[in-house]
Amino acid sequence: MLTNSSQYVSDKTAKAFLLLSISYLFFGLLLGIIGGIQYILPPFLKEQLAFQKTRPLHVYLVISWIFTAAQAGLYYYLPRIANRPIYWLQGARIHFYLHALVSFFIVACFFLGYFGGREYLEFPPLLGAVILLSWVPFAINFFFTLKPDYKNAPVYIWSWSTGILFFFITLSESYLWLLDYFHTNIVRDVTVQWKALGSMVGSWNMLVYGTGMYVMEKMSGDNKANRSPLAFFFYFLGLTNLMFNWGHHTYIVPAAPWVKTVAYVISMTELLILGYIIMKWRKTMTQARKNYHNIPYRLLSYADIWIFLNLSLAIVISVPSWNYYTHGTHITVAHAMGTTIGINTMLLFASVFYIIQNENKPVFERSKPTIGWGILITNVSLLLFWSSLLGSGLLKISAKLNNEVFASIMQKSQPWFKLFAYSGIAIFVGLFLLIFTVYKTLAIYIQKKQSVEEELVTIHSLHKVSEERT
Amino acid sequence: MIKIAVFLILFTSYAIYSTVIYSKGTESGIQLTGPQAEKVSQGKYLYEQYNCVACHQLYGLGGYLGPELTTAYSDPQRGEIYMKAFLQAGGPRMPNFHFKADEIDAIISYLKYVDSTAVTYKSMP
Repeated sequence: MLTNSSQYVSDKTAKAFLLLSISYLFFGLLLGIIGGIQYILPPFLKEQLAFQKTRPLHVYLVISWIFTAAQAGLYYYLPRIANRPIYWLQGARIHFYLHALVSFFIVACFFLGYFGGREYLEFPPLLGAVILLSWVPFAINFFFTLKPDYKNAPVYIWSWSTGILFFFITLSESYLWLLDYFHTNIVRDVTVQWKALGSMVGSWNMLVYGTGMYVMEKMSGDNKANRSPLAFFFYFLGLTNLMFNWGHHTYIVPAAPWVKTVAYVISMTELLILGYIIMKWRKTMTQARKNYHNIPYRLLSYADIWIFLNLSLAIVISVPSWNYYTHGTHITVAHAMGTTIGINTMLLFASVFYIIQNENKPVFERSKPTIGWGILITNVSLLLFWSSLLGSGLLKISAKLNNEVFASIMQKSQPWFKLFAYSGIAIFVGLFLLIFTVYKTLAIYIQKKQSVEEELVTIHSLHKVSEERT
Repeated sequence: MIKIAVFLILFTSYAIYSTVIYSKGTESGIQLTGPQAEKVSQGKYLYEQYNCVACHQLYGLGGYLGPELTTAYSDPQRGEIYMKAFLQAGGPRMPNFHFKADEIDAIISYLKYVDSTAVTYKSMP
């Protein structure tokens, strides 16, 4: 029989990933604020840290927050689900150091102005290969620790497995442009890039949703829901969307017309998810009110609201005749921000606080008011942020219809840009309260653990001395 | 067993669909050859090297601080001279990247090529 400490030997690595992930979020938000200021004050750091650098830094860091927080959760949950220690502890450490090292190089490249120049993956392509390599020990640990029996596995294990598998596929696919066959044909290049990136977002959603479902199961104690046919129906619907839904981004690309038809049909299947959310809305609200005191539950409830808002928006912008107008406006950004902050970040913090609650309950309990404020400020400001993006998007559509020039559109959008810059700062304040709590709780935990270890060493050496004397 | 079968069917469909997208679904009527192809390729390389995607979009890919460039070349309000001016000196939002004359020509050639492929874009209402 294994003792808890030997079974959970990977917890230290999980916490290191956790600290790394919230550091990504902190710096990612900071860069986002600088980018927001550059919208309302264009000369701000224009020569030293232009938007050409702040945007990729912001995008890379916040995407890293999502992936890393999901990985931190998995390193923590895997030994508990499998009831055995992590398969390759050294591998988890290699993953951590490789991950941190590649991040350092990517951030340095952006600051120094070395770019690969591809949307979302704006760093030099070689670093993409290192990212892929860093995921190998993670995948080995996932599959060999769990040894999943897919016939009976709950839906979150399917979801995580899919997320990992498709991360490898989509990241590799996003570098097909290195081949001349893709690079010299703009239609192929852009279509494949949209395809790879669209599915890559699906892959991290699978990781995050799996985490959310697992946390929900642990809190509710209901282990039937994640094995029900309904749960699997929605998993397969999600998987279908991961594989084929990306095409609604390419209505304007002159690819074959059937690519758009497939994309449109698949996008509309999201109506089923929307319908289901509306159907169980009352139940969700009642549960949320009942469990409001429970921080992870509160975060999951906020994520539910954002799923509803973003799904509605996604369906609207997937209709080809509306997509023509919304494309190239901040309405697309509203969808991206609602998803990454409203859904992914809420679900991931539910997982982070679930872990912290397990590890250091007294400090967590004392921090509850701060966390509560953080969640509230983040969500209220995100609603303002989201609305400001929709507002500037609608303004751009109307200006485009009036054939106005870009400079005039930007000028008229200033009030909306101001709202999004200020509400962006408020989001930073809200999330900072959560980040700060995580740092504080983990720091106290590590300090305590160190002092216990030091005490043990002292007792051990005293014991040795007295033994030698006798 | 049903779950595994459904997964495999979906995954196979995805693999087939991807192959078709890589070939027939994205064929382009415009084939560049010789020095023109070289210049476009150099322009594309510069577009990537200077991370123009951070502020500009091509077919929806990219940031929003600067204007969409897919049809900028044939846009009566913009066009070659207008773009050249920005590339030479920057603008209120755009830094001056100190491009050389041949680099500016290469970027313009690339944007001209992109514009020539934008048939769907131009046919929309």
